[in-house]
Amino acid sequence: MAAGRKKKRKELFALGNEAVVEGALLAGCSFYGGYPITPSSEIMEVMAQRLPKNDNGVFLQMEDEIASMGAVIGASLAGCKAMTATSGPGFSLMQEHLGYACMVEAPLVLVNVMRGGPSTGLPTSPAQGDVQQARWGTHGDHSMIVLSASNVQECLEMTITAFNMAEKYRTPVVLLLDEITAHTREKITIPREDEYEVFNRVVPTMPPEWYKPFEETVRGVPPMPPIGSGYRFHVTGLTHDPNGFPTSRPEEVADLMERMFRKIDQFLPQVSLYEEYLCADADVCVVAYGSVARSAEYAVEQARERGVKAGLLKLKTLFPYPRAATEKVMGHARALVVPEMNMGQISREVKRVNNGRATVRALNRVDGQIITPSEILKAIMQV
Amino acid sequence: MSEVIGNHIIHKYLRHNKKFPHVLCPGCGHGIALGALIRSVHCLGLEKDDVVIVAGIGCSGRLAVYVDFNTVHTTHGRALTFATGIKMAKPHLKVICLMGDGDALSIGGNHLIHAARRNIGITALVLNNNIYGMTGGQCSPTTPHGSFSMTSPYGQLEKGFDVAELARAAGANFVARGTSFHAQQLDKLLIQALQHPGFSMVEVVSPCHTQYGRKNKFKGAVDMYKWLKKSATPVERYAELDETGQKDRFPIGVFVDNDAPGLEEQYYALKEKMRGRKS
Repeated sequence: MAAGRKKKRKELFALGNEAVVEGALLAGCSFYGGYPITPSSEIMEVMAQRLPKNDNGVFLQMEDEIASMGAVIGASLAGCKAMTATSGPGFSLMQEHLGYACMVEAPLVLVNVMRGGPSTGLPTSPAQGDVQQARWGTHGDHSMIVLSASNVQECLEMTITAFNMAEKYRTPVVLLLDEITAHTREKITIPREDEYEVFNRVVPTMPPEWYKPFEETVRGVPPMPPIGSGYRFHVTGLTHDPNGFPTSRPEEVADLMERMFRKIDQFLPQVSLYEEYLCADADVCVVAYGSVARSAEYAVEQARERGVKAGLLKLKTLFPYPRAATEKVMGHARALVVPEMNMGQISREVKRVNNGRATVRALNRVDGQIITPSEILKAIMQV
Repeated sequence: MSEVIGNHIIHKYLRHNKKFPHVLCPGCGHGIALGALIRSVHCLGLEKDDVVIVAGIGCSGRLAVYVDFNTVHTTHGRALTFATGIKMAKPHLKVICLMGDGDALSIGGNHLIHAARRNIGITALVLNNNIYGMTGGQCSPTTPHGSFSMTSPYGQLEKGFDVAELARAAGANFVARGTSFHAQQLDKLLIQALQHPGFSMVEVVSPCHTQYGRKNKFKGAVDMYKWLKKSATPVERYAELDETGQKDRFPIGVFVDNDAPGLEEQYYALKEKMRGRKS
């Protein structure tokens, strides 16, 4: 390929929300069911234009967010790569079916563009208040993959990643954006076909009569046939046995729960995504995600100019929390600064991992305004 | 329907690997409704692989697990939303929703009217027993005014929904009502419903003597079926009755019979049209 001229990459001047759509379509998304809500509506509007033009694309506006998630899970069971997008109040309504998706192991992507809360809150202002809700919002004990993106290019890339993880681990994946990332317009590059990977769910190859829909496998992820393909089985939100039938026998319940945790936990290194910026020799390390990570990057540069060895650990995976990455920077950093547009939802995780070793300084802002580089710089200089 | 369909046909459609006995009480009308559904699927010659049963929560929701189709047991009241996703993604499948009265009309009332308005090609069975059976006999949105339940111990003050009228007003293509007593008529209604394009809804009045009957002076299951026999009146005859005659009776039969194309038909036709324009 050395001499071969590669096709030029397509470039766009796009909103974060539009980049999500580009990423979803590259990943093979063929179903969108949603309900309009600021500041996520552009995702829905662009999907409404694009999906009907695709060979197998289906777009549907549902009556509410509960119904949106229901339709998305239905489409996922029918074999589609399906997604929806929402914001705080809608995210609360979606929690019911997020739990159902966990239980029936339906792959799907849920984009939550975070705005100020609680309740109707600040519809057009950024926040990062739904981080713990994304992890623990639905009832019952469960595993959950939560990702985030800090700029428009990342919106595209992380949406592809979200679909891949959903398909690979047969699980719902939540992608958290904030209003700033979603409504920033900047230049993005659409990757060429050979520059990104697309993972499709494993489908069964055995004869239908041998197939057990929730059977143990090496990866902990059972193969999943689309509805109507000859594999007839029962899907239920009740705790079920490997055949998919409801059960309350303790050993079968324990097996199911254990497998549903293990299928994600045993791949922790692959699931934990993060970026290190000037971390190698950092005395003070900022741990940030979403639009705040961009402020943090600038603050770190400023601190370096002033002679403080600062670094940035940018989290792309929020849950399962990237423990190893945090421990690595803690090895040499004496202090960690965790700026967030909430009252300390990730700094709680950092403190848990830190366990008293380094100084952890939370920098919180919940007034609907972004955390500025100078605020982060001040915190770095203070610790 | 020249052939007499016996129980041996039903056995062909039950799951051999599902642990029986089932959850329903002796005398429950739900099994009769499920039998009618199986017979209608059989009469239409539908492939098992092409039938999807989407059920809600409650006694009616538990029916799905026993039949050898693609079955999805969903969340309370939301069966229609899942069914909508499945139907839009795979329009060739026959998607049937099994819901109860509390399921379809209380928590899922919004989804029911929107599925009807959208006219999506789903056949919805609302198994109406006028009570929340599985949770122990609390009043539902179809519990009649004045009747008793665990949560209306001094008599229900609210009026009940007329399910068929609701579906008609919301724009369903096909609306019918049958009962668990009139099993042969129910077969025919379901066959009609399954053949209709767009949204079809069949309300099945199905007695729950365990929870509803015992609180409302029905001595047992037989009493409840006698009540169905007496009060269910063919819709044509019901219309001729005066107000006193209509009291204590309810109409059964077909209420709405339209042929408007379903949402999925329109959507895929639109896609086809757009593709034609491109090339």
